Amino acid sequence: MDAINAFVVLANFVIVPGLAYGAQLALGALGVTLIYGILRFSNFAHGDTMAFGTAITIIGTNALIAAGITFGPLPTALIALPLGIAVTCLLLLGTDWAVYKFYRTKKAAPVILVIVSMGVMFIMNGVVRFIIGVGDINFADGERFVITARGFREATGLAEGLAIRTTQVITVVVALIAMALLFWFLNKTRTGKSMRAFSDNEDLALLSGINPDWVVKVTWMIVAALATTAGVLYGLDKSFKAFTYFQLLLPIFAAAIVGGLGSPLGAIAGGFVIAFSEVTVTYAWRRVVAYLVPEDMAPEGLLQLMSTDYKFAVSFAILIVVLLFKPTGLFKGKSV
Amino acid sequence: MNPAIRTPMLFGFVAVLMIGTGIVQGWNSALLILNMGLISAIMALGVNLQWGFAGLFNIGVMGFVALGGLAAVLISTPPTEGAWAAGGWNIVIGLLLGAATVVGAILAQSRMAAGRLRTLTTLGILVAGFFVYRAVFDPGVDAIEAINPSVSGNIGGLNLPVLLSWPVGGLLAAGAAWIIGKTALGLRSDYLAIATLGIAEIIIAVLKNEDWLSRGVKNVIGLDRPVPFEIELQQDPTFVQRAVGLGLDPVTASGIYTKLAYSALFVVVLLILLWMAQMALKSPWGRMMRAIRDNETAARAMGKDVTARHLQIFILGSAICGIAGAMMTTLDGQLTPGSYQPLRFTFLVWVMVIVGGSGNNFGAVLGGILIWWLWVQVEPMGLALMNLLSSGLEDGSALQTRMIDAAAHMRLLTMGLLMLIVLRFSPRGLIPER
Repeated sequence: MDAINAFVVLANFVIVPGLAYGAQLALGALGVTLIYGILRFSNFAHGDTMAFGTAITIIGTNALIAAGITFGPLPTALIALPLGIAVTCLLLLGTDWAVYKFYRTKKAAPVILVIVSMGVMFIMNGVVRFIIGVGDINFADGERFVITARGFREATGLAEGLAIRTTQVITVVVALIAMALLFWFLNKTRTGKSMRAFSDNEDLALLSGINPDWVVKVTWMIVAALATTAGVLYGLDKSFKAFTYFQLLLPIFAAAIVGGLGSPLGAIAGGFVIAFSEVTVTYAWRRVVAYLVPEDMAPEGLLQLMSTDYKFAVSFAILIVVLLFKPTGLFKGKSV
Repeated sequence: MNPAIRTPMLFGFVAVLMIGTGIVQGWNSALLILNMGLISAIMALGVNLQWGFAGLFNIGVMGFVALGGLAAVLISTPPTEGAWAAGGWNIVIGLLLGAATVVGAILAQSRMAAGRLRTLTTLGILVAGFFVYRAVFDPGVDAIEAINPSVSGNIGGLNLPVLLSWPVGGLLAAGAAWIIGKTALGLRSDYLAIATLGIAEIIIAVLKNEDWLSRGVKNVIGLDRPVPFEIELQQDPTFVQRAVGLGLDPVTASGIYTKLAYSALFVVVLLILLWMAQMALKSPWGRMMRAIRDNETAARAMGKDVTARHLQIFILGSAICGIAGAMMTTLDGQLTPGSYQPLRFTFLVWVMVIVGGSGNNFGAVLGGILIWWLWVQVEPMGLALMNLLSSGLEDGSALQTRMIDAAAHMRLLTMGLLMLIVLRFSPRGLIPER
């Protein structure tokens, strides 16, 4: 019985939140890794792209709610999500046309593009603050829980409860759908195949008649969809704040690099690796251990390896370890 | 245009801006902008050393600046009574044990033959070391944080003159840079960027959470000053007399006097660093750095130790940022870890370097002062613009309030736009590298 209780505590505080967070990071890292693979630079504006998409989705959600349209037990934001994706798509295509294209045709060094993306980051950050402000916004509506802690306790008769929030389930489900769509697209469609070819060997791809402009456009559109989805899911799960999204840049990049930059599969694996390490290292293990050891041996301290505020340190440490021992990442990415 | 004319002209333009600000908004605000501008110029010098000379992509400036700020606290504040006796030694020994653990793990990695035994030994050292470290370190922290937490609760400093903290800030930043450089240099440029971004966040997290060290988010206020306090001057009859003699109100005069004193100190530091950077740029060492930047492989073929040179310049540049950080905390008179934000302390410095002209020390200095002036002035300018634009609208309408609120966010937009425009149309900056 105690072992089951220990597992329930673990699931409640580590496994379920870790899965949701991991899915969000994975979606974010997929965007970073695609841009890296096709456009060959690290896009520092990615966090702010996510914030922009989410901001548009929030505005759409508010309009829908004002019009009396809701999604029943599910968050209304899911209906507004396509709008957010569409507007973000336009923004990214516009940015590419106005900013990145010039450097691409000039074949500028990747690091110049990174610096350019810093400028874009500033502008997007400003735009997001323009349209939605700097405050904390909670836009999750509908049913809050799929399983409440109390309901779980009553149903199972266990001492510990397991709460699963709707947003957590939605996060994992939506992320799975998005990933499945992405992999189907990359592996089965003509455009997807040409994207992979372009990523593997640009010259050879051009030689075989692949239109680079089209590949770049499609990439930005996919990135817009991934970034907006990741941002909205994160915002539903936690809350929306422009600055938090900017800070997500670090774990997202860590995930993409740990998985291997340029490798979509790696981005997903990296997202979960980072998420679970953050959660496990900053979780106070006392209650889990208390169930597993005899009563008189129950620990006094919190058994927390690091305080929650050091979660950046965790992504960072994993990043360094991977870089030192396997510089191309878990799944062979590119190493320029 | 000939650089011999262009550079003085641009600096003259900045001087006109400052004097204009002084006339329109008062000399106190103009000097306030100038002082932060001088500090920003020093930060830009540091980044320019790394990026302009050597092509190293450091976006962890904020972390080094914050370490400099920490130095100001550790040097100038008086030691907390009883803190060392209560837990100081636990903390020192704990930190030493932590360092020993890492060194042990590194030694195990490098000395033992590869294989499962090595992995297990390394992991064993790390895990055991971590728990020993926590066992020694934690009681010390608890003991110190328990001492009068509403006023101190930290270990305090050495009670030395605050000016001493400027070089010490540089040393602290250099130490951190050595650790980062040792691990992340030699990897690709993007990786160094992410690594520095990460370490900056970690340094801020440490400052925010290690209350025993810096009081965390409770802030350290009332730091020692290298210049007299305004209030002392106002009570000094000779000063008041002289101010009245100049036709100035003593309160304004005291503000101007202290700010000018700061400006003088900052200018001295800036000139020394600028001179050193200029000498370095012109020396064989500087030429070697630029050769490495422009073609690493060729430089390596000439027998240059690229990684060692990168480490060297990374440390030097970060140290300069640390000095600037200590100066800034001295100017503010307080350390507020919550106020360190990457957009303001890392990316804005990058805008300064890019706009000013990367690879040119004068460009970096110009960019530092100019961009800081703009950063301060954009908000009132944006507000004026929004007021003008919305003047046709009905007073108090939703759109009008929205537009006026939005003026606060003009800064980021302007900076991004400026950076993109410079990168596109004048990628070498206002004062290009020669």
